[in-house]
Amino acid sequence: MSAGSTDSLQKSRKRRNLKKNLIAYSFIAPNFIGFAVFTLVPITFAFMLAFLEWDGNNPVKFVGLENFKALVKDKFFIASLKNTIIYSIGTVPLTLATSLALAVILNQQIKGRAFFRTLGFFPYVASLVAVTSVWTMVFHSSKGPVNAILYYVFKVPKEKLPNWFTGSLALVMLILFSVWRFMGYYMVMFLAGLQTIPRELYEAGTIDGANTWQRFRYITLPGLKPTTFLVSVMLTINCFKIYDIAVMLAGGSTNTLSVSSMVLVYYIYQNAFNFWKLGYSSAVAMVLFVLVLTVTLIQFKGQSRYANE
Amino acid sequence: MKSIRAMKTLKKSILYLILIIMAAIMILPFLWMLSSSVKLDREVFNMNPFVWIPKKPRWQNYADIWTKVPFFKFVQNTVFLTIVVTCLQILTSSFAAYAFAKLDFKYKNKLFFAYIATIAMPWQVYMVPQFLMMRSFGLNDRLLAIICLQAFSAFGVFLMRQFYLSIPDSLCEAARIDGMTEYGIYAKIMLPLSKPAIATLTIFTFVSTWNDYLGPLIYLKSQEKKTIQLGLKMFINQYSSEYGLIMAGSVMSLIPVIVVFLSLQKYFVEGIASTGIKG
Repeated sequence: MSAGSTDSLQKSRKRRNLKKNLIAYSFIAPNFIGFAVFTLVPITFAFMLAFLEWDGNNPVKFVGLENFKALVKDKFFIASLKNTIIYSIGTVPLTLATSLALAVILNQQIKGRAFFRTLGFFPYVASLVAVTSVWTMVFHSSKGPVNAILYYVFKVPKEKLPNWFTGSLALVMLILFSVWRFMGYYMVMFLAGLQTIPRELYEAGTIDGANTWQRFRYITLPGLKPTTFLVSVMLTINCFKIYDIAVMLAGGSTNTLSVSSMVLVYYIYQNAFNFWKLGYSSAVAMVLFVLVLTVTLIQFKGQSRYANE
Repeated sequence: MKSIRAMKTLKKSILYLILIIMAAIMILPFLWMLSSSVKLDREVFNMNPFVWIPKKPRWQNYADIWTKVPFFKFVQNTVFLTIVVTCLQILTSSFAAYAFAKLDFKYKNKLFFAYIATIAMPWQVYMVPQFLMMRSFGLNDRLLAIICLQAFSAFGVFLMRQFYLSIPDSLCEAARIDGMTEYGIYAKIMLPLSKPAIATLTIFTFVSTWNDYLGPLIYLKSQEKKTIQLGLKMFINQYSSEYGLIMAGSVMSLIPVIVVFLSLQKYFVEGIASTGIKG
């Protein structure tokens, strides 16, 4: 073969490759351009902003780690971090337990399974504004039916009736509401996990004389380990991001949270859009990022472990 | 033998009892919503005696919400946003997913990594710089801002790619030999085959866009740009005593979501289930 023909062969291959790449890029471009501009660019910007002082109008000032140093001394930040973590610690196990229980029950031969499953989704797909306003009505401190029952049936004196959405009770209500809203969703993940446990295991267990509890303890629970792990990770990350639930339940008519119910995303929002302390707000956002990143890294580690099993 | 059967019946009854209690907890707030939506304000909290259906249901509440606030405008905005975002999301992400699943090209892994890397990045972390950027583009208080925000998620690309990976490559190869272009393969073979994945993506995008609160709260300031969720919240703040109206508005806001959910429920369940197994 002469040198010239190899050359043209190479050229035509190059051209074909170029065409192939261009076609592929034309597929990706519509989504990737939007994704890059509206997601990747702001993410990069967020990291820089945390080291700056800026109110959005005046010149930007580089302050190094000052924002983070101020965070440590800020009692509102400490409160919001603490509340977010307490909320997560309360919500995750309770949601796990209820959604697992529902899944195990609905996995049996039961009439109306589909009906109950559909019902479980209603709290999840319903708009938050609508369902939270029902909750604030039902638990209204002076007029709500819950306190009416406490008053008429349990004879709790009027002045001792609880104010459900203030003080330390607020966090409890946020947790209860979240369990109510999320359990149907995670139940479906558990139901899917249950289908992966071989039926023969249960049959063998029954022959060996294991009772219902023992079968649950020694067959179902170990079989659900990967699902439980994944659900915990997803739930924890979702809990860290709480904002609307807190504002709508405990924010009152002015949408403001007090120290007892303040959460991280609320503090990010407040610093940025009420105080215009953009750098400081971004520093709080970095704390949220580190929290979520830690949980994600744990997930990657755990996933590779379960993949090997 | 008899005692074993008795035990079984007892167990079943306990199961049903738990289920019924759970179902009641799930459904009672919605019944309360429906009931209050046809009540006068003084009837809503009347506990002694409490009635679910008032003697004279006040249907007027459902008429009043349209006149007391520009509810129709809110509905228009929300419908517009939801439809545009859902369509864009499905089109662009299925398009990109096809390349990631079925084509070979330079920087494929690097580009895909950019999508993966954002999983650990909650939107709340970069919502502030995103707003500043949009504002400098002149998108503040424009519906377009919400579209830009919601339409290009990494989630859609993932979901569609995952589905395309399960379709055998030989199908595309055969079509290529027959002289079909990549665009033709995408439109005539992959897209029709991926109906379940599209349905899953549709319901997730629809529900999240329809119910979104924080995004519109940051961007949409003027009255005529607001969505249903912001409008409902406005109701609560402005007419905090007019519970009947708030509940009527809430019922209206639920109807489209419930309709879409009930008709695509199967795909919703499959979507959640598949994230559970594949991780």
